[in-house]
Amino acid sequence: MELIPVYLGLVLLLSIFLGFELISKVPATLHTPLMSGANAISGITIVGALLAAGAETGNGMLATWLGAIAVTFATINVVGGYLVTDRMLGMFRQNKANDKDQRS
Amino acid sequence: MELVINAVYIVAAAFFIFGLKMLGSPKTARRGNMLSAIGMLIAIVVTVFSKSIVTWEWIIVSVVIGAVIGAFSARLVAMTAMPEMVAIFNGFGGGASLLVAWAALFETSTMFLSVTVILSVIIGGITFSGSAIAWGKLSETLPSKAVVFLGQRFLNTLVLIALIVSAVLFCMDPSPESPYLYAVIGIALLLGIMVVIPIGGADMPVVISLLNSYSGLAACAAGFAINNNILIVAGSLVGAAGIILTNIMCKAMNRSLTNVLFSGFGATKTASKVEGEVKPITPDDAYLILEAASNVTFVPGYGMAVAQAQHVLCELADILEHNGCEVTFAIHPVAGRMPGHMNVLLAEANVSYDQLIEMDDINPRMNQIDVAVVIGANDVVNPAARTDENSPIYGMPIINVDEARTVFVLKRSMASGFSGVDNPLFFGENTRMLFGDAKESISAVISEFKP
Repeated sequence: MELIPVYLGLVLLLSIFLGFELISKVPATLHTPLMSGANAISGITIVGALLAAGAETGNGMLATWLGAIAVTFATINVVGGYLVTDRMLGMFRQNKANDKDQRS
Repeated sequence: MELVINAVYIVAAAFFIFGLKMLGSPKTARRGNMLSAIGMLIAIVVTVFSKSIVTWEWIIVSVVIGAVIGAFSARLVAMTAMPEMVAIFNGFGGGASLLVAWAALFETSTMFLSVTVILSVIIGGITFSGSAIAWGKLSETLPSKAVVFLGQRFLNTLVLIALIVSAVLFCMDPSPESPYLYAVIGIALLLGIMVVIPIGGADMPVVISLLNSYSGLAACAAGFAINNNILIVAGSLVGAAGIILTNIMCKAMNRSLTNVLFSGFGATKTASKVEGEVKPITPDDAYLILEAASNVTFVPGYGMAVAQAQHVLCELADILEHNGCEVTFAIHPVAGRMPGHMNVLLAEANVSYDQLIEMDDINPRMNQIDVAVVIGANDVVNPAARTDENSPIYGMPIINVDEARTVFVLKRSMASGFSGVDNPLFFGENTRMLFGDAKESISAVISEFKP
């Protein structure tokens, strides 16, 4: 049991290094989609929110209420974040020749 | 079953990693975002099979409400309102992490757990209220000027000490009913407000990326509180991404993060006054010069977003290209109110991304540019940053438009930029000022091209 925090700490360390490696080469053009895409990923807290909202209510209703509000917040973050990122990325085009006809 | 769930979380983490990786290139970015969304879906679906979930009605109601709000706002938001949209989504993520950690206290309360809970509550709370203030400032619901008052730093220090003391007191006797828990929540929310109010409009790119990082760290801390590896992996990926972006933004302003967060802009030094005469120009004359130019670069700033001038700008760029002119757009990393703000607006106006040139790539060839057109940018093209050691923005990397053969500056009036610094560019020998609303000025030039 005592080892779990240590193991989680290792996961944390590796993920941070991985994050730095992944992001450091992103071109400036993509900074906004990257930010909002990463923002959507931070909505992963929805997993914790689901577990809290669905847990047995033996501990009183407050935990369930907190969980339910958390699910709402996190869902806004996840759904909104991914959709808005997709909408932005859909507008990035490489050359004009391909979309001249779409513009009219 | 728990083992299977955790194994599936690893799969979801792999999707996030590949998704982020693909977000690094314009060609694959959209698929990358899709991949990361699939990862999220996998994580959510497998979680609802967890045996600890016994009631469903609250989950269903909350998911439906959240999904409807999220989907509608993502579809309806205008591209110019993107900075505040990102800020508010971010705030919801932070708020959710705060609540998750709070709810986790009802399960067990060991020392380790209570420390992670309180960290998550603090970071989540700061993210939530900080993002709300950032949203207010960006949407102009609140004044976007920096709010600075006497004794602000002292007050902030007091708030910070109060936060630490309450957090320690809570950890000594953790329980969901502890009054110190409520104190920590309240003070964290207050601190988020205090941290963001002294930050003015042009520094917003730094704050948004920092808050983005915090929302990841909050999820990460919540992951420790509920012993969940996917929260830790995804949260720290986002945390690292946000920190890198913050760093890029700070470098682009030649300021340290502490300088951005704790000091109002330009309070210490007064720049040398600039004297001279500005040379106004009419759209007819601008047309004649642009018509003859073989090489034009546009330098947009926040003013372009305010004037909604990106569409007419793109139209002008098209006309110039048909006229045999080479057109580029030079983008400063902190132009606008969030990282990459200008790129998104120009993409919306159908400018292809390989026409967008980064500052470091355009500067060496600036002396070969016939006309540099500055639209609603000021500080990021201010040569005082290179020459005037007393200027508050001295040392900030700028786009050297003054080295172009001719510079047009589209400007509403002679007011100074966000930093309140005079801009010697306006008085330059090769500078012509085109006064008026940017959109109307460009439209006027376009109409000259049409016989």
